[in-house]
Amino acid sequence: MAAEPNAAPARPSDTTNHGMRVVVAWLVLSAIATPLVAIFVGHLIPPGNASTQGTEQVFDNTWMLGILTPVICAVPGAVVDGPPLRNDSQIQVLWIVITSTMVLFLAGFGTYELLQNGAGGGQGPNPIAVPTGPKLQVQVIGQQWQFTYRYPSLGNIESNQLVLPADTDVELHVTSLDVIHSFWAYELGVKADANPGTDNVAFVRTKGTGTFHVRCAELCGLWHGYMYNNGRVVDSAQFKSWASQAKKIYASIKPYMDKPEAQGGAPFGHTYLPAPERRAG
Amino acid sequence: MRVGVKLLLIAAAVTAAGVLIGFYVSHLTKLAGSPAYSVPVQNAGSGHPVVNLEIQTVAAVGPKLSQNPNWVSYLVKDNGQWERKTVWDLPAHATVNVTIYNFDGASALRNPFYARPQGMVGNRIMVDGKPVDHIDPNDASHTFAVPALGIILAIPGVADDAKNQCGYAPCQMSNAHRTIKFTFHTTTPGHFRWQCFVPCAAGWIDGFGGPMQTIGYMDGFLNVKAA
Repeated sequence: MAAEPNAAPARPSDTTNHGMRVVVAWLVLSAIATPLVAIFVGHLIPPGNASTQGTEQVFDNTWMLGILTPVICAVPGAVVDGPPLRNDSQIQVLWIVITSTMVLFLAGFGTYELLQNGAGGGQGPNPIAVPTGPKLQVQVIGQQWQFTYRYPSLGNIESNQLVLPADTDVELHVTSLDVIHSFWAYELGVKADANPGTDNVAFVRTKGTGTFHVRCAELCGLWHGYMYNNGRVVDSAQFKSWASQAKKIYASIKPYMDKPEAQGGAPFGHTYLPAPERRAG
Repeated sequence: MRVGVKLLLIAAAVTAAGVLIGFYVSHLTKLAGSPAYSVPVQNAGSGHPVVNLEIQTVAAVGPKLSQNPNWVSYLVKDNGQWERKTVWDLPAHATVNVTIYNFDGASALRNPFYARPQGMVGNRIMVDGKPVDHIDPNDASHTFAVPALGIILAIPGVADDAKNQCGYAPCQMSNAHRTIKFTFHTTTPGHFRWQCFVPCAAGWIDGFGGPMQTIGYMDGFLNVKAA
């Protein structure tokens, strides 16, 4: 009796076992690779451990790199395609189930991470994932081509360097005075769009003292590439001292910082709208 | 095509793109059309160089100096002539005495934070001969800012009703103007961009197009070079 032309080729009897062996080998190798990745390249994994959110991202990146490592190592030996598998419903179902499970797991895991504390991302003007407890409010103001930072709870002082106290929950209100920018405090694991007329709220909990990089992550014009700076996380005493010093330094412009925007000032507000063009020249 | 050949081609394409981008960035100032101006050193032999930098800010650069005559611009005094050059070579570890003559009206700062001069000697500037530690943000015409050196200062504008206002540049000292003086020190060699923070580009959306986005007008570089 002749075989039908589109019939599935006979699968080797050990195909299922082979697939199972691959999965088991992957799991075992991943379990071995993950701690090795953490030990040997953990310090290189972005974004760093300057904040709780940053540490969580390092953890995620570490285990993802851990389960990828066996695949990466196996690729050189797997470049040659195997025999084609056609009309094999078992393989098709397995493929759909596995890939769907992976996608749903990543979606669920991502949602869980976001709902914990926002994962360092901007949540818009009405954040859902709000950490409990007191928080230091800082308004991050993007302007072509520099970020400045206003501290409403410290008398509206403003600085062109982001200085934060260690082990503190910080509520960042990110906005822009002109075009779209993106506030990216790399080692803190914070990235939030800075849009004109929008108050984009992000949360971060600082850890130990140190420095971090801030740069714009949205192409914003001529000097976008130069729109970077260093920030500092300092201990509580140093932060108080810095704030006290800043109040003295910027005392001469405090009346303008405190004035309502309608009267030509620019007080802290959750929405920082650009002033109309008033060029006389 | 073999995998190795494909990878080689991709690597070659990425390298070529990287070289082109690097070439563009390294030649950014030349491609942007602003020749460099080496600010003459007053006392090169003394070990502590001093330079004097004279600048104009004008509302309209004029047809003699640009193909965009209505663009707002900085000009620098080079050998007695006002030139549209915004890339300035300065010696390292030098004292730089800057004089800015502003012939433009006020536009106002978007952020009053920039109303306080900082980064120069004493964190003060002289405006028309008087020392000031801030200006009214609404009176600001332009700023001169070198963010990497921490230098920011707002330049007050000419009153709207001032007589004999300058039309096209180069402007004369008989035209209505404000005079701003300050001193700063250069540090180690480096390539530092400077810019204006006031959205002063008339006719562009929110005042931030054209001359604000083009080196040679309201933006430039300080090339701080070892003596």
